Amino acid sequence: MKKWQCVVCGLIYDEAEGWPEDGIEPGTKWEDVPEDWVCPDCGVGKEDFEMIEIG
Amino acid sequence: MTEQAPIVIVGTGLSGYSLAREMRKLDKEQPIVMVTADDGVSYSKPMLSTGFTKGKDADGLAQASTDAMAEQLNIELRTFATVTGIDTEAKALLLGEERLEYSKLVLAWGADVIRLSIDGDGFEHVFSINDLMDYRAFRKALAGGKRVAIMGAGLIGCEFANDLRNGGYEVDVIAPSDVVMPGLLPEPAAAAVQHELENLGARFHLETVVERIDRAEQGVSLTLANGEVVHADLVISAVGLRPRTELAHAAGIETGRGITVNRALETSAQDVYALGDCAEVDGHVLLYVLPLMACARALAKTLAGERTEVKYGTMPVMIKTPCCPTAVCPPAPEADGEWRVEAEGSDVKALFRSPEGEVLGFAVTGRFALEKQALSKEVPPIHQ
Repeated sequence: MKKWQCVVCGLIYDEAEGWPEDGIEPGTKWEDVPEDWVCPDCGVGKEDFEMIEIG
Repeated sequence: MTEQAPIVIVGTGLSGYSLAREMRKLDKEQPIVMVTADDGVSYSKPMLSTGFTKGKDADGLAQASTDAMAEQLNIELRTFATVTGIDTEAKALLLGEERLEYSKLVLAWGADVIRLSIDGDGFEHVFSINDLMDYRAFRKALAGGKRVAIMGAGLIGCEFANDLRNGGYEVDVIAPSDVVMPGLLPEPAAAAVQHELENLGARFHLETVVERIDRAEQGVSLTLANGEVVHADLVISAVGLRPRTELAHAAGIETGRGITVNRALETSAQDVYALGDCAEVDGHVLLYVLPLMACARALAKTLAGERTEVKYGTMPVMIKTPCCPTAVCPPAPEADGEWRVEAEGSDVKALFRSPEGEVLGFAVTGRFALEKQALSKEVPPIHQ
């Protein structure tokens, strides 16, 4: 399980936790997160912005 | 063959660094020089109004040091360097006495804060927060204080009001408008945000302006046009931004509300480009993150040799007032239609519909803010 960070606002997407508020189940890998998912904090899109693999 | 001059980017804010990052995805070796008037520390400007909420000071909001950025992006970084002119004929950036030649030049130097000229001797207590160094100075000055007055009830004024309340400060907001975020939010949504900020303890003084700021025994006293006097330890001025155009204009580059560029981010001067808060892109001046990221991606391709026009999609703006989560996608200024509002307390869903019923814009607050993503898909993109 990896974590990805939004470079715009620092929000962390943790694959282990998913993002249940948006219907993304715990354990969802980054590549399986829907392409139209946007950062809940700053609104930048998955493809539109950088997610940094942090381990 | 002479050695090719580097690509020079002026500005190391979100635009400049995002562009460099996108460029490096396409070309790891192209020489890039970045020039900045500040310290070059990487940070995300929208986050400056979240420090207290997130428990971060200026260092905490910094994302990477200047050295780390230079290494990570394989760039030469020139900090504390002030641009004094552009010689578009000889393709050189002027830094005082020094001439820095460029093969291509990118202006990503942002916007200036508008400063009001106000009577009184308290100006040393007035802060504008336009970058991380400003924020650092503000936090230092705030140490020991408890009361902050904010001039301006726009997006930044409201975000700081929320953040400072979360930090436990007394907050007074003073603005000439009769609602918060005029021009950005439709009235019912604005009322909801104001109401929730008031519930949080912020005090609003609308439809008036600050006439004097005078030093007091502790901090300053602000005299308002309506006769009220507000006491504060310091004052934040958040009355608006103006794209920086002067140096471009002086160099003969076309400017309007910002530096005029087409969808390929090309200015009127050969090999000079602009993006971010300083640019007027195809008639749009949008001082937000989404447009800037779209521009950075397109421009990186252009600079790598594949001329690419930016395509603006739907551009919702998230307003960072956690007491009343809010997102807005303003309809185009010339759009024909009207707002239809559904409201329940501070949960507001306002849709701007065309006569045919198409959703052309929206504003959602409170629990409706969760619908922002779904609504964004309904709104037609800026560039079809």
